[in-house]
Amino acid sequence: MSELISANLPYLLAGISVGGQYALIAIGYTMVYGILRLINFAHGDVFMVAGLIMVYATASLPIYVSVVLVLVFTVILGVLIEKVAYKPLRSAPRMSVMISAIGVSYLLQNCALYFTGGLPQIYPTIPFLSKVIKIGSASTKMVTVITPILTLALVFALVFLIKKTKIGMAMRAVSKDFETSELMGIKINNVISMTFVIGCFLAAVGSLLYFSNYPSVIPTSGAMPGLKAFVAAVFGGIGSVPGAVIGAFIIGICENIIKGMGLTVFSDAFTFVLLIIILLVKPTGIFGEKSTDKV
Amino acid sequence: MGKKLKTKAAPEQRASTIITIVLLAALYIFLFALDNALPTTPTTVMLIPVLQKGAIYALVCVSMNLLNGFTGLFSLGQAGFMLIGAYAYAIFCIPAGQHAAVYQYFEGGVVQFSIPEMLSGVLGENAGAFLGAIICIIIAGIVAAIFAALIGIPVLRLKSDYLAIATLGFAEILRAFFQWDGLGKITNGSNLLRKYVNFHNIKIQIGGMIYQLDTIFPFFIATLSILIIVLLVNSSYGRAFKSIRDDEIAAEAMGINLFKHKMLSFVISSFFAGVGGALLAMFQTTVQAAPFRASMTYEILLMVVIGGIGSISGSCIASFLYIACSEWWLRFLDSGSFMGMTVPFFRDGFRKVVFSVVIMIIVLFFSRGIMGDKELSLAGMIRKFKKKKEVKAAKVAAGKEGDAK
Amino acid sequence: MSDRQNVLRVENATMQFGGVVAVNNLSLEVNQGEIVALIGPNGAGKTTAFNVITGVYQPTNGEISFMGKPMIRNHPRGKMEKLYKGQNGDLYRHGHTLAPTPDHITKLGIARTFQNIRLWKSMTVFENVIIAKHMRAKHNIFTSTFRLSHKEEARMREETEALLREQGLWHLKDELATSLPYGYQRRLEIARALATDPKLLLLDEPAAGMNPQETLELADFIHEIRDKYNLTILLIEHHMDLVMNISDRIYVLDFGSLIAQGLPAEIQKNQHVIDAYLGVVEDE
Repeated sequence: MSELISANLPYLLAGISVGGQYALIAIGYTMVYGILRLINFAHGDVFMVAGLIMVYATASLPIYVSVVLVLVFTVILGVLIEKVAYKPLRSAPRMSVMISAIGVSYLLQNCALYFTGGLPQIYPTIPFLSKVIKIGSASTKMVTVITPILTLALVFALVFLIKKTKIGMAMRAVSKDFETSELMGIKINNVISMTFVIGCFLAAVGSLLYFSNYPSVIPTSGAMPGLKAFVAAVFGGIGSVPGAVIGAFIIGICENIIKGMGLTVFSDAFTFVLLIIILLVKPTGIFGEKSTDKV
Repeated sequence: MGKKLKTKAAPEQRASTIITIVLLAALYIFLFALDNALPTTPTTVMLIPVLQKGAIYALVCVSMNLLNGFTGLFSLGQAGFMLIGAYAYAIFCIPAGQHAAVYQYFEGGVVQFSIPEMLSGVLGENAGAFLGAIICIIIAGIVAAIFAALIGIPVLRLKSDYLAIATLGFAEILRAFFQWDGLGKITNGSNLLRKYVNFHNIKIQIGGMIYQLDTIFPFFIATLSILIIVLLVNSSYGRAFKSIRDDEIAAEAMGINLFKHKMLSFVISSFFAGVGGALLAMFQTTVQAAPFRASMTYEILLMVVIGGIGSISGSCIASFLYIACSEWWLRFLDSGSFMGMTVPFFRDGFRKVVFSVVIMIIVLFFSRGIMGDKELSLAGMIRKFKKKKEVKAAKVAAGKEGDAK
Repeated sequence: MSDRQNVLRVENATMQFGGVVAVNNLSLEVNQGEIVALIGPNGAGKTTAFNVITGVYQPTNGEISFMGKPMIRNHPRGKMEKLYKGQNGDLYRHGHTLAPTPDHITKLGIARTFQNIRLWKSMTVFENVIIAKHMRAKHNIFTSTFRLSHKEEARMREETEALLREQGLWHLKDELATSLPYGYQRRLEIARALATDPKLLLLDEPAAGMNPQETLELADFIHEIRDKYNLTILLIEHHMDLVMNISDRIYVLDFGSLIAQGLPAEIQKNQHVIDAYLGVVEDE
């Protein structure tokens, strides 16, 4: 038994760590979906851009200043995307907004390709996160331990914000009924901007943690984690923050266990199998609310 | 009473059919000349692959439009079905003698025959390759359609964006399976499939002469497929699809079986995506699962959007424009110089940035695309032209009358 | 009236969403050739009853027969077994459950219109009607695509033309359905429902948004189509003048339950109905 654990410990640890990183991205998806009913396909690419900003910032600035810059610029980027690409389409059919999101994703990837010249960009080591530590028999980076703790702390802060503050209450109202909230005098645009601020801030934090485990950033780095985080959001019940976090941890852990079993090809596919199963069995996810169409 | 209706629309309709046939014939003659008679110049070197790829993407876009534009099912599985088509085609087309070389890591694979080769034995080399390729393309479509039917059973019950993400997920799962070593004896794992019949092998022998059909072949398959889709869209079933797109609940209340019709649309769209995949395999001369990722579907979707969601002619125009721009006309953006001048920010990748900006502009400000949901209709043009003529004639007549007075 | 054939029979139908009972133990009957009205204050569950009859919702409990044959049957199952608040929860436990989809029910011969007009907006008047002919046409996707069933298509076109002419919509055939004036849209929705060759027609507030003159015409129109197409009609309506004028019998719903039924004259005097409508009747 102990042998089994020690053999699988590295995968389990990696799973928890990756799960935490997915959770931070997934929150952005789930909140945007909850409010705009939009799958923000560009969110994964915002995450990738956050990685690139870090690369370019550290080239000339000290590392901790860069971290702050990453957070600030990612948030600005997210809000900008919302204002330019989603806001004009607010009354358009849902498909148009989704296409716009796909367009933004395409744009961000191509811009990244242009700026990087298609070369992988070496991600800087953040000394604190990359410190090697030992847990049981496995040695791992500090980031593995920090991720779940930081994730949970941020999620608690977020849940507090949603449940207790005025803006949080407005968010809940808007996600329940967009039109009525607007009639009740809630400033929809502020609420939406706030959603993107939170989502992108968390994605930026996620990118700092995620890329610390990888040597480099490429323009398509964001696509897969983005999709997986979205699946996590669906799994947990889209619109539900705790659901997204639990979904993300489950996906992260399962994925790494599958890698441990030597089936790396299927580690990505597994996520989608999980997605399809949940969509068929309980389309609203584990914490989602049921909605019925009105005839 | 119904006859009155027909005779009214008939002259324009007939004229437009004739013009369409003439135009298509002219196109085929031009392509035939391009393949055989025209000298090789830098222009034709660029033109041929652009036309080939344009035709393939036109087919793929139209097939996606059938689903997204005409039936209102937002599916993002197109790349997955193309992948199936490409593999199904390649696997049955690799000459038996080449199996050992292609499947070198998998003991030569399990499929030990090649349909074109078998036919060549009976019909001669050229006819065998031609017919064999067509049969394999049809097989590719059928295999994709079968997969679509299986995938459709669970996913078509899902609504809008859930359907999108589920089909996207299935496409990713398929990609993983095709790259898996466990199926290596069939799919060659993550290695390339190659040496199968490609466009350059498609030839025809008339008398003692052998003619190349490099470009005309993909056009032939694509135009035939698109024609079938056009017929479908304008049939009673096509109308039923559109009613589902406009209002599912009303469609169901008027006796349209939602599941059956969605399934039909999904399977047919996937069939043609499979055919498109097979053509793409022929175009590329090698196949690998890796590039058939979600971004490929996104690209096709964006072409559909540029052309206009719900317009077949729009999809065709958009795909040729898109391919021509990205492969040919906008190449200079990547090359670092424009008409002899060096432009500092023109370097690798700039073309794609310009492209994506243009796409975003279209999505945001011209969301109806080039054609909206209208079709490029010859009958309509003839009607307009006639009206103009009549107006002119009337004016002339009026003028004459005036002169006479 | 009892000698007429029974067309629709709803028995003990209960529709419960979670803990909310929208329709409670509703039983009603409609016989051949009758015009029956289902009335009640807003939110009484009338449209929900329509949705249950047409298969949009599966009732939590109850049985619905059409032309003497059971068509829909269900009993509280799964989660609903505990949550069920209606009556007669055990009545249909031992029969098969029947849950046909709306298209199946339409094919049996029940057509409907919608309270909030649901025409296919990108399509012309002609297309809107001919699509309703699709389900009864003898063709499949292959023959239809390759024009092998062009005779069938021609027949569909002829029938559509005849219907549009009868309904006085022929001159609008090439207009987009949603570009029509409101009254015509209602007419078109009825024409579309007629195109499915129904035996029973369900009209959900056909007079909504009409002025008194139009409402008056509507009464004649409903009588006319009933006689012409040999229909039986069940309708939801708020215009009391119209209801009293055309209905053979009336059912009154309030908070999901049937509170009265009978001839128009009886309903007008019924104290329960007056209570339920108090204030509402005066408005109209």
